[in-house]
Amino acid sequence: MADSMEDHLPGSSVPARVMPEVIAPGHTFQSVTDKISGIVLTKRTPIGWVLGFAVAFVFLMLMNATIGYLLVTGIGIFGNNVPVGWAFPIINFVWWIGIGHAGTLISAILLLFRQPWRTSINRFAEAMTLFAVACAAMFPLLHTGRPWLAAYWLFPYPNSMGLWPQFRSPLIWDVFAVSTYFTVSLLFWDTGLVPDLATLRDRAQSRFAKVTYGVLSLGWRGSARHWQRYETAYLLLAGISTPLVLSVHSIVSFDFAVSVIPGWHSTIFPPYFVAGAIYSGFAMVMTLAIPLRKFYGLEDFVTMRHIHNMTKIMLVTGMIVAYGYANEAFFAWYSGNPYEGYMMYNRMTGPYAVYYWSLISINAVMIQLFWFRRVRDNIALLFVLSLLVNVGMWLERFIIIITSLSRDFLPSSWDMFHPTSWDFALFAGTIGLFLSLFFLFVRLLPAIAMFEMRTIVPEAKLQAEHH
Amino acid sequence: MAHVEPVPTLYGLMAEFETPTALVSAATKARLEGYRHMDAYSPIPIEELNEALGLGRTKVPLITLIGGILGGIGGYTLEYWSQAIAYPMNVGGRPYHSWPHFIPVTFETTVLGAALACFVGMWMLNKLPMPYHPVFDVEAFTRASRDRFFLCIESTDPRFDRHSTSKFLESLHPVGVSDVAP
Repeated sequence: MADSMEDHLPGSSVPARVMPEVIAPGHTFQSVTDKISGIVLTKRTPIGWVLGFAVAFVFLMLMNATIGYLLVTGIGIFGNNVPVGWAFPIINFVWWIGIGHAGTLISAILLLFRQPWRTSINRFAEAMTLFAVACAAMFPLLHTGRPWLAAYWLFPYPNSMGLWPQFRSPLIWDVFAVSTYFTVSLLFWDTGLVPDLATLRDRAQSRFAKVTYGVLSLGWRGSARHWQRYETAYLLLAGISTPLVLSVHSIVSFDFAVSVIPGWHSTIFPPYFVAGAIYSGFAMVMTLAIPLRKFYGLEDFVTMRHIHNMTKIMLVTGMIVAYGYANEAFFAWYSGNPYEGYMMYNRMTGPYAVYYWSLISINAVMIQLFWFRRVRDNIALLFVLSLLVNVGMWLERFIIIITSLSRDFLPSSWDMFHPTSWDFALFAGTIGLFLSLFFLFVRLLPAIAMFEMRTIVPEAKLQAEHH
Repeated sequence: MAHVEPVPTLYGLMAEFETPTALVSAATKARLEGYRHMDAYSPIPIEELNEALGLGRTKVPLITLIGGILGGIGGYTLEYWSQAIAYPMNVGGRPYHSWPHFIPVTFETTVLGAALACFVGMWMLNKLPMPYHPVFDVEAFTRASRDRFFLCIESTDPRFDRHSTSKFLESLHPVGVSDVAP
């Protein structure tokens, strides 16, 4: 909406700045379909893909080794100690789950707002969501040390002890929120994939590919009756996902806000967490989209318009996050509560101050660069900035969790937290899992929604009849 | 079974078009001509076809609503039953039936129920998965998922006649008309 305003300023002498379209001119049903399906159906796997996947796979194996060692030893291998019981597992959980949010925002909320630019990025953003949520969900489970023993207080099932989860705890709300989020995202993603899988079935050369995509496409034949129900269901799923995505990070923030720890017990947490989630999620979409469009020559589909719009959303949500920081600092002072006041003083000047100021310089200062058009046009710079945003958002969770826990009400119980190499190994390992899944996704499934791209080519517009 | 249905020799006749506009106009004309048992196949969803083919409202929203209601009731009931009846436990002096704490999970199970019902309901109404369908035997039909648009008048239609229907479809200026074997 805002962009079409920018294209032509009526009655203004200012030369209109030309914003690229959501799809480069000259594309047809055929060219869009062939280009996107060609990436998947080619027999030749690009060498760059093989190298990238190999690196990701090494880290995935590191994750498996760490999990194996964790399960035979216990969570003593991590740096968690008595005041800092949450530490890396929960930092990483919140970080990953936040990243997941952009996918649903793009696929659901932008669909409801009828933003056509979502079309070329929704598929891989949704895939990113699924993989990020899968990475996230592992951390709380592994954090229990013996996940198979945790089942009875995490999930409501009739166990032999007759015990049930404690439904008054936000931690249980979180179990429901995250598992619902994963399920609904998967259904949404799969629904979107079916017509594209049918295209792959029809275009595949080898028998194996034909049968595989044929089975996965459920026998989709593009019938008008099917399309009608399909479109209704797709819109409904979008409508259902919209409050869901807002609820998930709100509930994650309740894990903190419902407790009485200084720095956590705050009403700004739900909106501040949701904005932070979208902010970091868009940074990850950008981190993935920039190499993807370059490597596979998808600049016609993921145009500068998309890059600009994503940057603007990061700017807006980043500013909300920055407002959250300011608000936290203000209330630490205004509340007159000495524990809150010390929490903020400790963040700014204590042993972890360097991380606090790093996150402020990224999430509050550096993002101001996004105001400048020259920055938004510079792809290489944006790639670096989007990586930094991910670092900044990780540091934010580090600061929230570590500073508040390491120094709470009673100075005699204060202690420092030092991560161990296993902490880093598991974190790096989940990045490996995430990237491995993403590499496989790009190779085996259409990374851009073909049928939705076909709806935005000029041919798809119905012409007035001349008879 | 005394009465034996004659084996139909055709599933229907299928005309191929190059543009969505041509398909919509063909479907409209076929309906005006009196054909009812027909379907259109396209690589993109075309809203105008719903009207052209005279499709009614879908039941997907109703199914979704029912799923959501059941999910919500189920979630709340689970919480109430487990916290107040099956294993009442005093947590921070709160009542056993502390309903504000039960809202987040009730919301999540409502969403889950609605989404599952929507997903399963849509595919069941569409009678998918169905790996084989007669239209797949038409050679040109592989392009129905890429760049071509098809209208199939089925032989079950009372007005269907191999010759006159074929002639009618030809009059719509299609790329081609093919028989669809049963």
